[in-house]
Amino acid sequence: MKNRTAKGYIINTAVIAAVLIGFSVLKGALGDSQIFKLIMVPSLWQCCYLIILAASLNLVLGFLGQLSLGHCGFMAIGAYSAALISLACERAGIFADKSSPAFILVLLCCILAAGILAALVGLLVGIPALRLKGDYLAIITLGFGMIIVNIINNLPFAGQEGLSIGSASASLYKNGLGFGTASKVTFVWVAIIVTLICLVMMFMFIRSKYGRAIRAIREDEIAASASGINTSYYKIFTFTYSAFFAGVAGALYACANATLSTSSFAFTNGGILNSTFIVVMVVLGGMGSLTGSIISAIIMFILNYQIKNGLWVKSLTGFLGGMFAYPMLVYAIILIVVIMFRPRGIFGTYEFSLLNISRDIKNYRAKKALQKAGKKEADANE
Amino acid sequence: MNENKEPVLETRHLGITFGGLKAVLDFNIKIFEGELVGLIGPNGAGKTTVFNMLTGVYLPTEGSVILNGEVLNGKKTHQFVASGVARTFQNIRLFKQMTVIDNVKAAMTKDTGYNMLDALIRTPKFWKTENELTKKAMDLLAIFKLEGKAHQLAANLPYGQQRKLEIARALATDMKLLLLDEPAAGMNPTETAELLECINAIRKRFGISILLIEHDMSLVMNVCERILVIDYGITIASGLPEEIAKDPKVIAAYLGE
Repeated sequence: MKNRTAKGYIINTAVIAAVLIGFSVLKGALGDSQIFKLIMVPSLWQCCYLIILAASLNLVLGFLGQLSLGHCGFMAIGAYSAALISLACERAGIFADKSSPAFILVLLCCILAAGILAALVGLLVGIPALRLKGDYLAIITLGFGMIIVNIINNLPFAGQEGLSIGSASASLYKNGLGFGTASKVTFVWVAIIVTLICLVMMFMFIRSKYGRAIRAIREDEIAASASGINTSYYKIFTFTYSAFFAGVAGALYACANATLSTSSFAFTNGGILNSTFIVVMVVLGGMGSLTGSIISAIIMFILNYQIKNGLWVKSLTGFLGGMFAYPMLVYAIILIVVIMFRPRGIFGTYEFSLLNISRDIKNYRAKKALQKAGKKEADANE
Repeated sequence: MNENKEPVLETRHLGITFGGLKAVLDFNIKIFEGELVGLIGPNGAGKTTVFNMLTGVYLPTEGSVILNGEVLNGKKTHQFVASGVARTFQNIRLFKQMTVIDNVKAAMTKDTGYNMLDALIRTPKFWKTENELTKKAMDLLAIFKLEGKAHQLAANLPYGQQRKLEIARALATDMKLLLLDEPAAGMNPTETAELLECINAIRKRFGISILLIEHDMSLVMNVCERILVIDYGITIASGLPEEIAKDPKVIAAYLGE
């Protein structure tokens, strides 16, 4: 077992290194082309925060087994706090523009602060909300998500129009956190590395006593408390931990968009960022599989991109064309189809890894060989 | 009997009412170290209700539960477990989609001494604790001959082994008093005999006290040192197995008058 763990770490480190090297090679080869600057890099930013969002909701939905519909609220807190802190830093003269070395430090601090603030709100929401279960919890978290967005909407310094118009917007775009095309390319490594760190942190959490405790709570709460697990502590802890990552994803969102407005985090938002969309990502990937969330986040991003920009979608006519005009309808149909035909999602609780695959292939072969041997014996007996 | 010693568990006038229904009334029991006490009674007599009060699932409306001299009234279930009571359930409640060994390890959570930071950066302390946990869990599983199935899902075990795993999980909480709620329910005679062996083995090995609810009279009469009989929430008899078997009140409760 120990040997296997060591092997797993080596493979994972190699994969992470390969991702980074592969990206830098890609950047070297395509760095100047328009496709790279205008499509690939912004897509990468979106994928990064969607992956963090899906994986962090999976901690609550898949591993802890509690349905939370307010995840976008935490993301909004992360986005706004990162944007406001960066603006404050800029006005305080800590950095002059994005090329100054202090900016990177400010950027990383903003991302961290966004996570911590979202986690604090998560804690405040979690303490009362997690006394409830099932549908009631879903409704109360939905309510809290909307309350958070509405509060931000009415804050004088965040504003009805968010940070989208007026002086705040201009400085967000030029000097603050919001990245234009060129800065997105320059700072894309921040998105990749932050995503990788977040994923590592989540995997470490799941593969420790915390992961065991929360999976036990998902399986049977009464038995978990009868086994000495302090269920309310672990529930609130996981909720807070998950909100932290939602905040980090929000900060990345603030970077990837030059403007922020609360309507993009509202529950009724028809775009990509609402809590139901994140739930669809988690369910599609498999509740209880972080690798599943990563893959389904990418799939859903590509789908969303195709619906919005794909030429084949625009060429559809009649009923299908009408349906694709309402992306939320497509996501809802995906959710229904997944629940009907594969309720466990793509991966279920299975974690994708090279070691698991090689083990499963070995087991499968052994099983086949055993069956063959048994058949031969039966034939011989006849 | 060891009257001079402190009892592991003592209840004083324990009672609970649900609305107007008096489910359990004036329940008094003393269990000493290493004892195996049986709790029997017809269906619906309130045996499982007593268990639920002894583990903090129900809040008793009267009386108190005292464990090793510590009054546990109003505490939560996990605090009861921390002070040394563990239980199994009448209808098996395993963590079904977790592996057998993770079921046992999850029950050791409260004694796992690393914190979040250790888990995140995988300090030597983390590895040391995890290795110790694995070893302890495998030792426990070995008692129940489950070590070969450690990495299977708990849901895939046959019924008898699921029962055993539940006992192993309860033992993993490092308790002093084990409450077994109908451990032999639904088992065939061979499985019951095996279970009996296991119970005796763990008593010898861990020196724990056990309170047992059971319908299988041969099991109860064979292993219990003392027996309590309740009916309609009232303790109608208590004493040695031979006395209980002859008690006219008990016979009346089971067979009708």
